Amino acid sequence: MSRNLYDLIGLAAGICFILALKGLSSPKSARRGNLIGALGATVATVIVFFYANDGKALHNQNLILAAIAFGVIVGVPAARKVQMTQMPQLVALFNGVGGGAAALVAIVEYLKLGSDATTPVVVATVFTVIVGCVSFSGSIITFLKLQELMTTRPVIFPFGRQIIALTLIGVLASGGWVISSGGTTPLLINGLLSLLFGILFVLPVGGADVPIVISLLNAFTGLTVAASGYVLETTLLIVAGTLVGASGTILTRLMADAMGRSLFGTLFGAFTAKASAATGPADTRPVKSGSADDVAILLNYAQRVVIVPGFGLAVAQAQHTVRELADLLAAKGVEVAYGIHPVAGRMPGHMNVLLAEANVPYEQLVEMEEINPTFPQTDVVLVVGANDVVNPAAKTTPGCPIYGMPILDVALAGNVIFLKRSMRPGFAGIENELLYEPKTTLLFGDAKDSLTKVVSALKAL
Amino acid sequence: MASELMSNEIALLAIFILSVFVGFEVVSKVSTTLHTPLMSGANAIHGVILVGAIVVADHAKTTLEISLAIAAVILATINMVGGFVVTDRMLQMFKGKGKPKKDKGEDK
Repeated sequence: MSRNLYDLIGLAAGICFILALKGLSSPKSARRGNLIGALGATVATVIVFFYANDGKALHNQNLILAAIAFGVIVGVPAARKVQMTQMPQLVALFNGVGGGAAALVAIVEYLKLGSDATTPVVVATVFTVIVGCVSFSGSIITFLKLQELMTTRPVIFPFGRQIIALTLIGVLASGGWVISSGGTTPLLINGLLSLLFGILFVLPVGGADVPIVISLLNAFTGLTVAASGYVLETTLLIVAGTLVGASGTILTRLMADAMGRSLFGTLFGAFTAKASAATGPADTRPVKSGSADDVAILLNYAQRVVIVPGFGLAVAQAQHTVRELADLLAAKGVEVAYGIHPVAGRMPGHMNVLLAEANVPYEQLVEMEEINPTFPQTDVVLVVGANDVVNPAAKTTPGCPIYGMPILDVALAGNVIFLKRSMRPGFAGIENELLYEPKTTLLFGDAKDSLTKVVSALKAL
Repeated sequence: MASELMSNEIALLAIFILSVFVGFEVVSKVSTTLHTPLMSGANAIHGVILVGAIVVADHAKTTLEISLAIAAVILATINMVGGFVVTDRMLQMFKGKGKPKKDKGEDK
């Protein structure tokens, strides 16, 4: 197959990817767009077998096919079986392996080229290795945090800032070493330091900041793939990687806005907040806890109810029950809306996916800016497993990890009901003063059980 | 030869810059409701690094090179195939009305 034909088919595949992203502008066209993208990726993969070795069977072809088969066997069941609640982990994991693959590709190409590599190619290789390794190890740590295989709190160690800064200097210096002198050992050191940097960089990030980190690592992997496209002179990789880089950058910016602070502040905020986060007043103050019947009565006589979902909804798989409750209230003439905080859950748009799974119509999913002015006219806010996104500490407690984050102003509503598993603070580990307010009622227990009880109590009224 | 190489580099640069603009243009139109599928869909797209992994696996000579390249093929395949499958699964739910469907993975 000629280079020109190969490039043309690559161009077609690139167009498929653009159409895939374009499809996402509306839920109607989104699925078809994704299928077009998958088609483009498949075609690109198939034709490379006919191009790479001038039409002859590839070297190591059986190994390659076996590796692809193995990847399919691992990837497809993971993608099929994952619960919607665990989507952030899976996305982090897929993102990490993509970054790792790109770094490996650049390393192998570098080993093959040896001293033939031109300076621009070496620079691109170093970039790919650094960013790919950071994306890989950072994503793995994010995965471990989300899967709760390690602590979900920010991990803060003494001299953290200095150690991170030193590691970064080491990464850049070893990168410069590779560029100036070449050789395998410098590249190896560069790769290892980059892996270390990825770990150190994600460890101190708190739970509420995970959506921003996932978006950022997504952008990183995109740029890595684009750079490896330059190394391999493959335009398709440049196009695909750049598209992903753009998408990751936009999402990161949106998430940073939703946190109300700069990207830098979000990523390095944990270092400055270590003292104030842990200490607080001893939490022996009384809270008003109610029964499912109390909650049902409050809801029944409300005119307008706003449901604020959070990560607890995901954990309890309560999305179907919450919709049942909303339908029941709507049938009784109560106005119901969902207030969606942009960083509720563990990745951008997490709550929308969960509620879509439960067939909640989009019109009821209201963004923060639109729902906030309506809270004074809202009789009851039902907070289902959310904490940080309604925590007034974001406004009142300078120095706490979420300080400065725009929140849903649920305190302005007539009554607030929290469905909580326990008094344990949220993922970010900050006490919520709202729990002690007189207008607040707490209903303890698994969100799904609690909602089921409220639904039957409401039916009995 | 030198000038040909140069124009090739310029072409790659042009493709990169145009892709940046197309990317920002297209992605900024994505509806906020679909941010999670956007992220997993973008993830799947960068799985096309599989193409690069296959090319270097074909070049690879030493055992080290072959092992690294094959590892890259495995990782990239997981990324690409898994990414498209999971995005499809999510987008299916956004189709609107219809039957409330239970996925197999949901009951454990």
